[in-house]
Amino acid sequence: MSNATIVTGKTSSGLVRRGLIEAFFAALISFGMFVLYIGLKTDQNIHNELIIVQRWGLLAIFVAIAAIGRFAVIVFLRPHLDERKLSKARSGELEISTDKTFLQKHFLKFALILMILYPMIVVGIVGAQGSLLYVDNFGIQILIYVMLAWGLNIVVGLAGLLDLGYVAFYAVGAYSYALLSTHFGLSFWLLLPLSGIFAALWGVILGFPVLRLRGDYLAIVTLAFGEIIRLVLINWTDVTQGTFGISGVPKATLFGIKFDASADGFAKIFHLPMSSAYYKIFLFYLILALCMLTAYVTIRLRRMPIGRAWEALREDEIACRSLGINTVTTKLTAFATGAMFGGFAGSFFAARQGFVSPESFVFLESAVILAIVVLGGMGSLTGIAIAAVVMVGGTEILRELDFLKAVFGPDFTPELYRMLLFGLAMVIVMLFKPRGFVGSRSPTAFLKESKSVSGSFTKEGHG
Amino acid sequence: MEYFIQQLLNGLTLGSIYGLIAIGYTMVYGIVGMINFAHGDVFMLGGFAALIVYLVLTSIFIGLPVAVILLIMMVVAMLVVSLWNWVIERVAYRPLRGSFRLAPLITAIGMSIVLSNFIQVAQGPRNKPIPALVRDVYTVAGISVSLKQILILVITAVLLAVFWYIVKFTALGRAQRATEQDRKMAALLGINVDRTISITFIMGAALAAVAGTMYLMYYGVASFTDGFTPGVKAFTAAVLGGIGSLPGAVLGGVMIGLIESLWSAYFTIAYKDVATFAILAFVLIFKPTGILGRPEVEKV
Repeated sequence: MSNATIVTGKTSSGLVRRGLIEAFFAALISFGMFVLYIGLKTDQNIHNELIIVQRWGLLAIFVAIAAIGRFAVIVFLRPHLDERKLSKARSGELEISTDKTFLQKHFLKFALILMILYPMIVVGIVGAQGSLLYVDNFGIQILIYVMLAWGLNIVVGLAGLLDLGYVAFYAVGAYSYALLSTHFGLSFWLLLPLSGIFAALWGVILGFPVLRLRGDYLAIVTLAFGEIIRLVLINWTDVTQGTFGISGVPKATLFGIKFDASADGFAKIFHLPMSSAYYKIFLFYLILALCMLTAYVTIRLRRMPIGRAWEALREDEIACRSLGINTVTTKLTAFATGAMFGGFAGSFFAARQGFVSPESFVFLESAVILAIVVLGGMGSLTGIAIAAVVMVGGTEILRELDFLKAVFGPDFTPELYRMLLFGLAMVIVMLFKPRGFVGSRSPTAFLKESKSVSGSFTKEGHG
Repeated sequence: MEYFIQQLLNGLTLGSIYGLIAIGYTMVYGIVGMINFAHGDVFMLGGFAALIVYLVLTSIFIGLPVAVILLIMMVVAMLVVSLWNWVIERVAYRPLRGSFRLAPLITAIGMSIVLSNFIQVAQGPRNKPIPALVRDVYTVAGISVSLKQILILVITAVLLAVFWYIVKFTALGRAQRATEQDRKMAALLGINVDRTISITFIMGAALAAVAGTMYLMYYGVASFTDGFTPGVKAFTAAVLGGIGSLPGAVLGGVMIGLIESLWSAYFTIAYKDVATFAILAFVLIFKPTGILGRPEVEKV
């Protein structure tokens, strides 16, 4: 198929000519796209009226980037890629890895040890106070998303049910903890499992009527339920205090030891200087343990009949039904298990923030979690963890890039570009790796040895 | 009774806008089988294009008649937004067409995030209010009908008729329906499938741009977050009406608009969106193919 393009592009002058033509069209198209939105800016003057500010220089930069980019793709990138594809096809090399290096074999152990040592390393390098940023913004934030994505992975990756309202269960967990702890003073350790149970219950309640639906209809109904829960949280002001949220949610304790400046606080008992870093490090280990629990349960469940039923359901629902698997209970357990982990993560989130509001549970969060699951490679725990680190960590880094202000001037705020870049990264990763970072499937049942196959070889039915 | 009819009219107006957006969802879903999550934000882009054109026109040509301004706003918005959707389809959806089911959905969600944040960065995060364009209000038998409501209803009706004609009776429409039924077979019979799909995206975007222009005219304000809620409601409308069906999309849109306005008129305004989504869930549970949709045939 690529033969024809290679033949026409063989002469380099012909290639350059084509590149120039394509670049011209790219410039034309990008001009059309950006002339209104970049070339002109709506701004408010002192009378609060909208006026137009012209930015033709910026527009010219955009158009030039588009043209040069297109030219580079046509003249350099595409012939290079075609050649590589051709040589790969000639050598008959398949993308199935059989031999693994030492590092690949023990990657998970190394990663786990690194995670356990991470807070200590950070404290060792930047001190207790400096570690706050790295442990909290990077460590805990990423691990929350890892846990949520692993929880959603049970629903989407294993059972193949597209759930666009996962954040609802996260919200149920968070509000369960926030409400029960502020009103009844119950402890974190009691409420953690309770929040999970509540979320699972909601999973069953919401799941039962909708699981007869398939594929995209299921997706849209779960999205609707996610929105309903958020809207109820906003409007049921007597209980949830609406958009103001619930503040002063009690912190978690370590077997009754509080992390505050009181006489029986953590720092005093262990004769350490007072610092808020201990609480963050404690939370880090807590969420790490919760993540490990999620991973352990997922791995164990995959080997049980129910887990195999989930995966069978993902691959072919009709075959499943004809083999006598009760699809309704199978789907419900997947939904409830996934929701339960969402609930755990939610109660942890509430304990960490000390504040919950409906703002945290918008559809965008569901989309981000789903994106992490798909970008990581559905069903692959390692891939999902990598995706969470890359996507969440990458956007968190943007918050810290103050030196860019020196380059682009003091008005430049990198945070503004955070979600823009996140969205672009989602699109670009999907285009180059549609199966995710780890796009292989390792079967749970095998004859002699387990061999991973590329995800492209599997065909998913409608879930 | 007058209050009821008044609310009915408001609902009908709002529903027409939802219906126009829903056509884009339903056509794209019908032909490539993906939920085009970015469509709501394409609608938002349309609103912004209209806003900027309006500001340019009113600052350069003072005293231009409102009808001309509206027409130019609409046409320019349609052109620009069609171009955007064409590029989005080329860049983000087409390479993934043969890929697995979730891949284009994820790029669509990514595109939706990109578009809304692009507008936030490029045009600023604040709401953009404009003075009312069309102010005339007529009172008929105690019911006040504003000219902008009439405009919206008429434009929707005309566009629906035109698009229905295109899909039903032209060669392009036949190609679209053939591609929808069996893409491979359509390609074998000499239909340029890629072009047909591109044109479908362009048509959807053009309608979304009209909806965006009318939304701006009706509410007089544009914001970069405008894409999400109308987008979700329009998709709800498309599903409610039966996905893949053009009249169904408008019917669904009108139903959503009526539910919304009647619910806020007689119950609490706070829970109007809850009512919409709850009704969607109920309809899907009891009639998963929507009101005018064809039953899905399960093949083994």
